[in-house]
Amino acid sequence: MTDAATPLADITESDPVDEDDAPALAGRLSNWSAALVPGLIGLSAAVGSLVLGIGSPAEPGPGLWPLIISVVIIAGSVLLMLKGPRAHGAEKFTGSSRPVLLGVLTIIGFIVALPTVGFEIPTLLLCFAWLYFLGRERLRLSIITSLVTTVLFYALFIMVLRVPLPRLF
Amino acid sequence: MDFFGPVLDGFVVVFEPMNLLYCLLGVLIGMLIGVLPGLGPVATIAILLPITYSIEPVAAIIMLAGIFYGAQYGGTITSVLLRLPGEASSVVTVLDGYEMAKKGRAGTALGISAVGSFIGGTVAILGLTFLAPVVASVALRFGPPEYAVLALLGILLVTTIGNGDVIKSVIAAGIGLLLASVGRDVFTSSERFTMGSLELADGLDFVPIAMGVFGLGEILYMMEQNYRAPRKAIAVGNAWPSRRDLRDASGAIGRGSVLGFVLGILPGGGATLASLVSYSAEKRRSKHPERFGHGAIEGVAGPETANNAAATSSFIPLLTLGIPANATMAIIFGALLLHGIVPGPALIADHPELFWGVINSMYIGNILLLILSIPLVGLFVKILRVRPTILAPITVLITLIGVYTVRNSTFDMALVLVFGVVGYLMRKFAFEPGPLVLAFVLGSLLETAMRQSLRLFHGDILGFATRPISGGLLALLVVVIVVVPLSKRWRARRTQRTADRVSEDSLRR
Repeated sequence: MTDAATPLADITESDPVDEDDAPALAGRLSNWSAALVPGLIGLSAAVGSLVLGIGSPAEPGPGLWPLIISVVIIAGSVLLMLKGPRAHGAEKFTGSSRPVLLGVLTIIGFIVALPTVGFEIPTLLLCFAWLYFLGRERLRLSIITSLVTTVLFYALFIMVLRVPLPRLF
Repeated sequence: MDFFGPVLDGFVVVFEPMNLLYCLLGVLIGMLIGVLPGLGPVATIAILLPITYSIEPVAAIIMLAGIFYGAQYGGTITSVLLRLPGEASSVVTVLDGYEMAKKGRAGTALGISAVGSFIGGTVAILGLTFLAPVVASVALRFGPPEYAVLALLGILLVTTIGNGDVIKSVIAAGIGLLLASVGRDVFTSSERFTMGSLELADGLDFVPIAMGVFGLGEILYMMEQNYRAPRKAIAVGNAWPSRRDLRDASGAIGRGSVLGFVLGILPGGGATLASLVSYSAEKRRSKHPERFGHGAIEGVAGPETANNAAATSSFIPLLTLGIPANATMAIIFGALLLHGIVPGPALIADHPELFWGVINSMYIGNILLLILSIPLVGLFVKILRVRPTILAPITVLITLIGVYTVRNSTFDMALVLVFGVVGYLMRKFAFEPGPLVLAFVLGSLLETAMRQSLRLFHGDILGFATRPISGGLLALLVVVIVVVPLSKRWRARRTQRTADRVSEDSLRR
């Protein structure tokens, strides 16, 4: 069953893949920011909590609990910085991070378009873009797969599950 | 008999055709995603949350549970045939499973895993049946202070036993707790961190957060990794283990069942930890430890039994205390809440049909797994060859459309995207996403219990320590803070050694 005569054979033929699987580790800057960003979140939450009012231990105000958590987060962030940037194993952003950004942009497009033009066209386009541009699949395969996906989704969500999804047809 | 009445009623629930169907569906989906590269059980269950919304609660939870333990077995198939552990709890299976496959005993390895999983699962269900009501009856006497300490203990255990850096996990849990505090405060009805948004006034919903952090975040992260070329799978050969194989493996299966059950109850690594411990236990007590790593059947049977037993017993803290022990349980917790059911000690009394229905469905699910696993292996091997690049857009679309259907809300889709990016960045910066979601789930329970306790004690924090049960739990908490880092260091070294061996083996290939 593993020979190439299966219908999926042309799908499994793949581009050469880098043997180097482990992603490169990040540099100093991103490790510092991994420690700094939570600290900033903690700080702003702490300020917000104080504004809300912390009350007293017997009558806790709305801000007491968030304040406690914020202090824990800030402490964690400080500890991370003290441990130094190397100990954390964050990964580097490289050229291969670009598809992620493009992927996020297509999803934003999908969310914006869905209420106005229905789900069919955005579904088709997102699927095609991910297959052809981000996945570097072949053109024919990309077109067929995205068409089939859209039709199946229509059948599943509209005809079987009857969910009130904005739609064109 | 008082005790067995509801248990038997549970079987009646399971044998309703729709429930059987959902059980079968769950097990099949579970095996499928266990086999498919990339998405793990947590991500899949998160993505499927909206679909469970439209079916009735018992069937929904039966299906989700099926996905969970089905995936445990699916991961085994790829470990044995391709040396690719589908998920963490099958990592050690690679060591001897793949060696067996190379010697033409792939079928035997898969067969013994199926048998072991079945026995381990069944033992754990029996344990669950008897232990859960006891735990629940004790927990019925818990007040707010006990719950506060218990929730804290749960979060702490998950942050410390998990795989990542402890400080980072604590930060992630803290962010989860902060997110849980967004919205109108129950006690004072002042709005917290809503930034004037009407949509945030009722607080953040669990579904988009889980789907974003676990589902979309995972997909985005996968996009960036090099998509591995599918490897050629080894032919399976005859599947049923011989009588001699069964005899060789029986001890390992027995020990794995008990070990898995006990370790599964503890919050934290559950199934993964159980499989690791079982492997090293089998190796240590073997008269010929040198056989391990060269296709010893005990090295497959023990861990595979243990991880399934642990997966099953990890339902105990969720269904009896309302404290999820791991990320998957956190999502099932969310699914129960979606249906308006609050898991906790009252669950057995209030919803016996759900409690016993779900537990008893696991017997059926395990039998289905045993029956289906072997004949379907060939099919799964074919499915394995579908590339992640093709699956990714389809899963993304299911996620987006799925979350939209829960509340017909574009805002929820945007939330999924935001938390998807958060989940991606967390993985990128080596933060575990599990503690965030788990802490979010427990956040409001923890805060409410904490504030009620403080009022009860008139602001005296020492009150937590002077009540017997909460005091005892508090002592346990201290033990966790002191002991766990030590044992973790020990375990890290051991896991590292195991991992080294796996990669050495890969190089030698």
